[in-house]
Amino acid sequence: MLVDIHAHFYHERSPRADWREANLSRFKAGEKIGISLHVASVLGTWGKTSPVYFPSPDDVVFGNDFMLAMQREHPDRVRGYVAVNPNYTAHALGEIERCLAQGMIGIKLAASRRANDPLLDPIGELARQRGVPVLHHIWQRRRHEWGGQEASDAAELCELAARHSSVPFILAHIGGGGDWTHTLHAARDVENVYIDLSGSGVDGGMLEACLDAVGPGRLLWGADITLCTGWAKLRYLEHLVEEDDLEKIRWKNAASIFPPGAFTAITD
Amino acid sequence: MRTDVNVFLGSYPFRRIPGTSVGAILEAMERVGTDEAWVSHLPGVFWKDPAEGNGWLYEVSGMEPSLRPVPAVQPELAHWEEILDEAKARKAPAVRCDPGFHGMDPTGSPIRSLIAACGEIGLPLMMAVRLEDIRQRHPNDAAPDLTPGAVRALVRSHPKTRFAITNAERSFVEEVHFGSTPEEAARIWWDICWIWGPPENHLATLLSTVGPDRFVYGTAMPLRIPENGVAKLDLTNMSSEHRAMIESGNARRLSGMEQS
Repeated sequence: MLVDIHAHFYHERSPRADWREANLSRFKAGEKIGISLHVASVLGTWGKTSPVYFPSPDDVVFGNDFMLAMQREHPDRVRGYVAVNPNYTAHALGEIERCLAQGMIGIKLAASRRANDPLLDPIGELARQRGVPVLHHIWQRRRHEWGGQEASDAAELCELAARHSSVPFILAHIGGGGDWTHTLHAARDVENVYIDLSGSGVDGGMLEACLDAVGPGRLLWGADITLCTGWAKLRYLEHLVEEDDLEKIRWKNAASIFPPGAFTAITD
Repeated sequence: MRTDVNVFLGSYPFRRIPGTSVGAILEAMERVGTDEAWVSHLPGVFWKDPAEGNGWLYEVSGMEPSLRPVPAVQPELAHWEEILDEAKARKAPAVRCDPGFHGMDPTGSPIRSLIAACGEIGLPLMMAVRLEDIRQRHPNDAAPDLTPGAVRALVRSHPKTRFAITNAERSFVEEVHFGSTPEEAARIWWDICWIWGPPENHLATLLSTVGPDRFVYGTAMPLRIPENGVAKLDLTNMSSEHRAMIESGNARRLSGMEQS
C-alpha cells in the first residue's frame, strides 16, 4: 500500500484551463506508481479570486466543497484535508468542523499566518479534540519574506507543535525548495512533527539526512505537484531502508497519525 | 542502451553528498540501468582552473569504459585551446564550461571564442543552468544561473557549435527553443533532469512542442538521485522509439557519433 499524504486537485474556478487533465494525470500516474490513496487539499480558487496562500472565506468553502466532492466521487482513492485561513478564526473553526463531519481526515494550513502565531492555537486545539493531523506548508529555512505568502519554516512550526504536543504536525515538502538541513536540525527532537518527503527536490543526500534526523518512524511519503520526483524518492528508499521501514514510510506512519478508519478503503 | 550525459565525480564544496566516488557512481549506474555516463569533475567546477581536474577525469574514465570524460575549459586562461585538442584526441563526447561558476561574463568574448573553437573542431559544449535550486544554496554559493538570454546569444554566435544545456526547466527550454531559428534550435540538446513529469507533464508537453529529438537523458547525479530520470520516463507516455532517442540516440547525435 502507498499513501500520498500531500496531493492537490484543481477545479473549474482555478486559473488553469487544464484542471481536469491535471486531476486525471494525477490519477493515471498514481495508478502506475501504485498509490492507494491520495490525501489531498484544495487551496481556495488557486489564486483566481483570492491569493493562493491568503484565500478568502468564500474561496476556502468553494475549495473544500470541491475536495468533499472528490472524496465522494472517489471513495476508494481520495481523502481530504480541510484547508482554512486562520486569519478568519471563527470561519476556520467552523469549516474544520463542517468538513471533518463529512469525512475529511486532516487539516491543511498553508501560509496565511506564521505557524508560531497564537492565532493558530485554536486550530491546534481543535485538531487535538478531533484527533486529526495538521499538514503545514513550510519554506525550508526562510531567510527573508517571500512574496505571495506568509511562509513559515521548521523552527516556527516546531513552536506550534510544542504547544500542541499531542497533535501530529506534518512538515510539508522537505524537497520543496529551501535549506532542508536547517529544517531537519529544527525538527529532530520534536516528536510530533513528521517529515513529508514531497517536493520537486531530489537532492542527493536529502533522504539519508531525513533518516538520520528523525528515523523512518517520522517520515511520510508524498508527492505534492511532482509525482515523478515522488516516485524517484520511493525507488531510492527501496535500496536505502529495510522492508519494514519502507512500509512505515509508504503508509503505516500515515495510518498511525490519521484518525482510526481513515484508510479503511485500502486496509479492509 | 541508456546514456546519462549529466554525471559528476568528486565532492561538492557546499554540502555533504553521498556517493561521489567512481565506485559509488558505477553502483548507482547499475542500480538504475545506466550503461554509459558522461562524467564531469565536480570539484573542478569551483576551481580557478577547472581544467586541473581533467587529468584525473581522463585517468578514471580510461580505466572504466562506461565512463566518458567531459573535460572542463576556462577560456579566460591562456592556452585553453590545447584542452580542446586533447579532448578531441581522447574522444571526449563534449567539453564543459560553466561561466557563472568562473565569474565570467556568460556572453563575453572568451566564451564566444571557446564556442567558435568548439564549432570548428566539432566538439559540443556542455553548460549547466545551475547545479542547485537557488532557494537552497549555501549562502556563499552566489554563482548566477545561466539565463535563457545568454543561451540564445551564445547559440547565435557560431553557426556550427552544438550545445548540451543541462539542469534547465520547461520555461527555460521553451524560451530558448522558440526564441531561436530552427537551425539554431537544432544545435541545442537539453537534458531532462530539471523537467517535471506528471501530473504537470512538462516533459510530455515539451516532447510534443519542441520535439523528442532535442532531449537527452541526464540526471545530475550524485547531486540529485538518479532514480528521478527513470521514474520520469516511466511516467511519461511516449513511443519506444522516442524513449530510445532520449535514452541514447540523441546523445550519439549530440556527440557527433551520428549525423542529426
